[in-house]
Amino acid sequence: MPTVAGPRAHAVSVLTIAFLVAFVAAVVALIAADVFYTHPAAMLEVLGSREVRFAIFLSLVTSAASLVLVIGFSIPVGYALSRYRFPGSAVLDAVVDLPIVLPPVVIGVSLLVFFRTWLGQFIESVPGLQFVYTPQGIVLCQFMVSASYGIRGAKSAFDGVDRRLEHLALTLGCTHGRAFRMVALPMARNGLAAAAVMAWARAVGVFGPLMIFAGTVRMKTEVMPTTIFLELSIGRIEPALAVAMLMLVIAMVALTLIHWLGSRNRWWGP
Amino acid sequence: MIRLQDLSLRAGDFRVRDVSLHVASGQYVALLGPNGSGKTLLINCLCGLIRAEAGTIHIDSRDVTHAEPRLRRIGYVPQDYGLFPHLSVARNVTFALRARGAKHARAMAQVGPIIETLHLGRLLGRSTVTLSGGERQKVVLARALAGWPKLLLLDEPVSALDAPTRDEVLVELRRVQREFAVTTIHVCHSIGEAKAVADRAAVMIDGRLVQTGPLAELIEHPAGPAVARLLRAGA
Repeated sequence: MPTVAGPRAHAVSVLTIAFLVAFVAAVVALIAADVFYTHPAAMLEVLGSREVRFAIFLSLVTSAASLVLVIGFSIPVGYALSRYRFPGSAVLDAVVDLPIVLPPVVIGVSLLVFFRTWLGQFIESVPGLQFVYTPQGIVLCQFMVSASYGIRGAKSAFDGVDRRLEHLALTLGCTHGRAFRMVALPMARNGLAAAAVMAWARAVGVFGPLMIFAGTVRMKTEVMPTTIFLELSIGRIEPALAVAMLMLVIAMVALTLIHWLGSRNRWWGP
Repeated sequence: MIRLQDLSLRAGDFRVRDVSLHVASGQYVALLGPNGSGKTLLINCLCGLIRAEAGTIHIDSRDVTHAEPRLRRIGYVPQDYGLFPHLSVARNVTFALRARGAKHARAMAQVGPIIETLHLGRLLGRSTVTLSGGERQKVVLARALAGWPKLLLLDEPVSALDAPTRDEVLVELRRVQREFAVTTIHVCHSIGEAKAVADRAAVMIDGRLVQTGPLAELIEHPAGPAVARLLRAGA
């Protein structure tokens, strides 16, 4: 981008960049403290333990399952919120954001209470649909917390697709479904992928609702955030930090992916 | 043959009222009118993108007033090209055939004559975002023709082009229209542009079709001062 003539540094640029550097320095200081506290050999030993490996495995499996559910819901819901206005649509739009603004622990409590109602009891009575204190419950918690991020991201992605292009597709012989598949979906793909990564990263980090709804049982419902809590609760800082470092790496990879996908403007693939 | 009978429609507070128009098969008609006269609204209604409130639309004796856009057999060229930015030129051109289930390779074979007529061969592998204005216009025209439409609707197709390219594209439009013998309605502001391409013209002012006829007749006997002003301004 060309720069404006005159001094490169002025009051606004210096002040805003100073705030930026201060914030980044605070984040880097926290990460550096974690890195210097842990010894690489000890960290590898912790990550090799059976319990921690189970927690990592369960985190990856449950977050992958919740990601599939989030994608399955976010695309149609995000598209509906982006394209259709009907009585009550503004209220539905606001309700979709509720899990983002609610304290996560409230979601756990609400889930627990729901599964004590007759509907919840009925669902639990169906073979294979047991949620309370089970790995399926972890998936449900992750889904309830992360779906809003996926839906919001999908809505933004579809908002970025010019609706007139879908209308044009209709004049060119498409049904509404085919116009969605041939125009809206491929044009929103980068935004949808970024939304999916964001939702997955959020799902991996869910902790509060799990404590209440899925429990913190070793080798049964233990995921990475639970491990950190369990290790800290018995004063073992090193194992907790080792898992925290792993989550930090996952978060960094996810954020890099989100920024990369979000910055891609090239629609036309090879 | 296209026949509009007492067609009325509305967008917000603006209304297009009682439009009746007959366009013979293979004819090229210019739809003239100042900004805000309802030309684009009428075109969108013909495409099926806006519901008609009253009246009928017949294409080749078939009543399509309430038909879905995809069933009307219309080729539509919007003001801003409307090329799909995520698709190559070739995939844009074959879109109408692929939308109806054809495979890309088969669709390419079917649009061969259109690609040849519009000299698009060297552009097929390109991204549409790298094309010049004139090239985009040709691609969007090819895309509209690829579905073998009964009616071609051109909404100010040269308004975004510079003067030399505009003249070149107008000549090309007329040549292609004759070659494919497709009934065409071309929305424009100026009588000069209309004279370059059309056999007849229809003039819209304030949501009403106020005069139709051969261009020479319109120029010699405008139906009122508003039409006379419009024709003088664009001469």
